[in-house]
Amino acid sequence: MTALLDLLAAIGRGLFAVLSAAGGVTLFALQAVSHIVRPPFYPRLLLRQMLEIGYFSLPVVALTAIFSGMVLALQSYTGFARFSAEGAVATVVVLSITRELGPVLAGLMVAGRIGAAIAAELGTMRVTDQIDALTTLSTNPMKYLVVPRVVAATVVLPMLVVVADILGVLGGFIVGVAKLEFNPGTYMARTWEFLEAQDVISGLVKAAVFGFVIALMGCYQGYHSKGGAQGVGAATTNAVVSASILILTFNYVITELFFAR
Amino acid sequence: MSEAAPKIRIRGLSKAFGPKRVLDSLDLDVPAGRGMVVIGGSGSGKSVLIKCILGLIEPDAGTIEIDGRNVLTMSRSEREAVNAHIGMLFQQGALFDSLPVWENVAFGLLARRMMRRAEAKPRAIEILAQVGLGPDVADLSPAELSGGMQKRVALARAIAARPDIMFFDEPTTGLDPIMGAIIDALIVAQVKRLGATAFSITHDMASAQRIGDTVAMIHGGKIIWVGPAHAIRESGNPYVDQFVRGSSEGPIKMEVRR
Repeated sequence: MTALLDLLAAIGRGLFAVLSAAGGVTLFALQAVSHIVRPPFYPRLLLRQMLEIGYFSLPVVALTAIFSGMVLALQSYTGFARFSAEGAVATVVVLSITRELGPVLAGLMVAGRIGAAIAAELGTMRVTDQIDALTTLSTNPMKYLVVPRVVAATVVLPMLVVVADILGVLGGFIVGVAKLEFNPGTYMARTWEFLEAQDVISGLVKAAVFGFVIALMGCYQGYHSKGGAQGVGAATTNAVVSASILILTFNYVITELFFAR
Repeated sequence: MSEAAPKIRIRGLSKAFGPKRVLDSLDLDVPAGRGMVVIGGSGSGKSVLIKCILGLIEPDAGTIEIDGRNVLTMSRSEREAVNAHIGMLFQQGALFDSLPVWENVAFGLLARRMMRRAEAKPRAIEILAQVGLGPDVADLSPAELSGGMQKRVALARAIAARPDIMFFDEPTTGLDPIMGAIIDALIVAQVKRLGATAFSITHDMASAQRIGDTVAMIHGGKIIWVGPAHAIRESGNPYVDQFVRGSSEGPIKMEVRR
């Protein structure tokens, strides 16, 4: 009986902790959004963050996209050959890249690169009193630190996904033409044939949501970190893990909204 | 003779973290234009007290009046307006390591739109000169400076907007005795130049006597003694005596856990 009560107590504590964290993140998100539209604004910081999140993430996103497109073409060719459907390779590559792999892989790569960096930077600022120093200098840390990062990530991630889409399709094209001996003209025609605007738009909407989630979790974990270097390390890990889980969760939700019949 | 109203008036200030009661109905008056130093052991609540006054921690109960207005009931914008007249020197400096030294110094001036960036840099260099630093440090990153120089830059940032009240959190911690004395001398000179009220917390007795006109001792979440800085060694209070002597024998028992 005691063991059962202990088990129920542990489950209750866990559930309470999850609900408390979800409430904390939601309030933090609402606070961040409310500060986006209220002055003062920091355009210089916004541009710096756009450069940091967008421009400097280009190599990692580009490499991920191009190799994903290449392997997708190869896998679908060998798989589809079993029922003589090799002709669908170009269509499968473009739909998979624009709808799923482009936004999800770019999101996960940026979560690792930027979510971790944001959490580490804000976490260090928290434990070295720099965030308190902002307050004493009449500067709202939400406006100065959180808003530029959240806005920049939300705006820039769709741009990265456009690049990822193009390079992913290019990767598939290279393998399709150079290795699988497709005719270049036929491959491109097949790529465009079944592609609809909704496929690309759904991917860009996903990217914007993922960008918001990545920056939000990085800021939330960093902003609330405590306990010195160990606390900053934990904040960084939590930021990447929670952003990655939320990316996969929202990926399903948005897919359901766009494509459920 | 009526006594002048204190610059900062604290009444019944309480703050607990879980079962630990850090401030327990604390009362304190800080006279205008004077230097008040609060001394106390590690974990005695000094930092929590200063953070409550600055609005960085919300107390559980009590009032904090600055110039007769309770800052705890103010809106965020009103509080920011009060903070515009406050300068704070953090224990570790808390310089923004993503910004060069001059932008750290001019941060408050730029944040409050008091001047444009083009005007702010020469002004920051002037302020750096007041704390004994040359223009060559203006473009350096804070990480490139020694601990003493970082403390000077932090002091320059604190005085940049010509505050009415200055707060100093353990200003000599982490510095050698000579650099500690230099920082204290700079603090006294700048506070005097600005005619500001100074509120400091420290456990460095030499520093407390250099920068304070009045010393208050915090213990058990309350102020247990207030007196002139020069009389601290003859306080007649066993807690103060033990603290000043730095003795392990006496009524103060240090807690191992925070």
